[in-house]
Amino acid sequence: MRGAMDLRFSDAEEEFRSEARRWLAANVPRGGTLPSLDTAAGFEAHRAWEQTLAADRWSVVSWPERYGGRGVAIVEWLVFEEEYWRARAPLRVGQNGIFLLAPTLFEFGTEEQKERFLPPMASGEEIWCQGWSEPDAGSDLAGIRSRAVRAPGDDGWLLSGQKTWASRGAFADWCFGLFRTDPEAERHRGLTYFLIELRSPGLTVRPIPQIDGETGFAELFFDDVFVPDGQVLGDVGRGWAVAMATAGSERGLNLRSPARYTEAADRLVALYRSVLAERPDHALPHAEAVAQSWIDAETYRLNTYWTASRVLAGGSVGAEASANKIHWSETDLAIHRTAMDLLGPESELQHDNPWLDGYLFALAGPIYAGTNEIQRNVVAERLLGLPRG
Amino acid sequence: MQFSFSDQQLEFRDTVRHLLDRECTAVDLRVAFSQPVARTPRWRALAELGVVGLTVPEAQGGLGLGMTDLVLLLEEAGRAGLPEPLLETTALTGSLLTRAPHAATGALLSAIAAGDITAAVAPRGARAATDAPTGCSGARGETGLGIRVTDLVPAAVGADVLLLTIDDDGRRPELHAVRAAQSEVTPVPTLDPTRRMGNVSWDPSPSSRIAVGEEAHLALVDLADLASVATAAELLGLADRLIATTTAYARERHQFGKPIGSFQAVKHLLAGAQVKLEFARPAVYAAAWSLDEAREPGERDRTSRSASLAKACASDAAAEAARVSLQVHGAVGYTWECDLQLYLKRAWALAEAWGSAKEHRRRILASLLDER
Repeated sequence: MRGAMDLRFSDAEEEFRSEARRWLAANVPRGGTLPSLDTAAGFEAHRAWEQTLAADRWSVVSWPERYGGRGVAIVEWLVFEEEYWRARAPLRVGQNGIFLLAPTLFEFGTEEQKERFLPPMASGEEIWCQGWSEPDAGSDLAGIRSRAVRAPGDDGWLLSGQKTWASRGAFADWCFGLFRTDPEAERHRGLTYFLIELRSPGLTVRPIPQIDGETGFAELFFDDVFVPDGQVLGDVGRGWAVAMATAGSERGLNLRSPARYTEAADRLVALYRSVLAERPDHALPHAEAVAQSWIDAETYRLNTYWTASRVLAGGSVGAEASANKIHWSETDLAIHRTAMDLLGPESELQHDNPWLDGYLFALAGPIYAGTNEIQRNVVAERLLGLPRG
Repeated sequence: MQFSFSDQQLEFRDTVRHLLDRECTAVDLRVAFSQPVARTPRWRALAELGVVGLTVPEAQGGLGLGMTDLVLLLEEAGRAGLPEPLLETTALTGSLLTRAPHAATGALLSAIAAGDITAAVAPRGARAATDAPTGCSGARGETGLGIRVTDLVPAAVGADVLLLTIDDDGRRPELHAVRAAQSEVTPVPTLDPTRRMGNVSWDPSPSSRIAVGEEAHLALVDLADLASVATAAELLGLADRLIATTTAYARERHQFGKPIGSFQAVKHLLAGAQVKLEFARPAVYAAAWSLDEAREPGERDRTSRSASLAKACASDAAAEAARVSLQVHGAVGYTWECDLQLYLKRAWALAEAWGSAKEHRRRILASLLDER
């Protein structure tokens, strides 16, 4: 039985917000940002920040206490994120583990796996990257060819092949990914989901410089890398379903909380205000784009609370995650594209120009986590029921 | 934070949907297109369910509920292309007369709840008449304001009561509830004839005046916000109808030996429209809640912004659904025979009514720049 709609936060939610705000005010590094997490030094600085968060149980607020969390509901998590972004706190280097793998572990992991992997993930001691795409399998993920065969001792698997576009793979400690364990099976079957230590013998990491020159992702080469049976997540041969749960987290509620965009949209309005004061003729043509960017962020926020209430009432997020991914990635791009337009000739300057960094990051949004073209197919086929092509 | 409807609200929505599935089919809409009538047996049926009097206090025979309860029903009205003025009568007149009680309004509210009358509401203020029409008392009129003309009032033809405003520069604003007998309506043809648009000549009188000055000003702000959200809710339903109808067509229609809905170019058009609709929906629901709950002086600006957000998103979503549905139907969608036109015309009209998406974006930006 659902109660009446009430869009005000409860006293308990407001108290949680105040506590988060106080902690962030006292602990967010002074002077703003850390060095880029796509550099070795920056990565370690961000890892140290994860440890600071974890020490006071702020790194994974929605997890059960036994794994390092506070056991709060999704609304409190959204509130925490609002405060986090408002405080301009550092990017989360542990995000792939915390926001993508962890929900999958909670759903498919054994007790031993949860005990083994969740606490060091929460503390920043072990940082995770993803191993999905291969040189010949991007949008068509089920076309992966990297494979796993039983190890001679029959206590695990030997992995071979190549993974690519592993974000933060250059500096991470662990990787989760999909390998073909039954080459005879139909292509969505015969896949298995593995948890792999990157320092395993036979595994070579080759960093890939991104469009900004920094090593944001990497290629992973597997040459008979041994992975014990205890590091298979879910059932052997059922990896596609496990991977789709992870992908759902990436596109849906977990990875991109609305605060990221509402905070950027507020900064965009502030930028517009200052450009308007100095050069109104330059600013005015962008008025509508500024308004639309703010609207897109705000509708993302509202849709997230709407979805969160549905989930709390026992609903689930299925193909809606694809609509969500289209919206957040396009919102991010609209906000930053508009900022570039407002900055005009200064938009290309590399120093003291966080909008440029944000723009480059936003450009990747419609590509990663499944391109937006693939997401439109999913919306058309699974939300609207149009026939597969 | 609880952003969902109650089971009761959802059940009411389902009841209304079933009624309209039976009583407001495309065949019924064609009848309404050829003979636009304000009060129909369908209107009576909606009144008996409590829908028409939903915003009217229980003392006057209504349900005493608010926009959070009505918003889902307006969405159903939009989905069905309901020709009767639920928006004008229940969402606007019922709400407004309840919020700004006045001695003369009790009888009107009872009549609304009983399903005996329909209302029209003017989106714009009156102008002075250049020549007094016949049927109204002299050119100076009873209040000395003179005969007024309010242009382009939707639902005016056949309405029993009209909410009309005087909002001239430099004059204290006035809100009037004018009986049909005290006005003369000249029909103005529109693409969708069920809009029943008219220009209204009327004679402002002390007996029709229900608010003046600051009180009228606040009522007009309320009216604009209520109208934005109610129109937005109908647009959600219309967009949903257009997408559903077009999806069904894309599954059936074959070209190159396949359903056209299996082609990515077609899929992506419909998916884009669906995403716009899904993200407009919570914006409209949140605005409806704000209209009921966030009415303290310090909250009103936020509520107006939230109403503009709702209308901007819903107008865009419906316009996109309309564009895509016509394109995917191809030439057949361009015919009179195809039912699509019945819903397209309403979507086009409502997307522009009570402020276009562009106008509401302008208001949102102005309100953001006013902060701090």
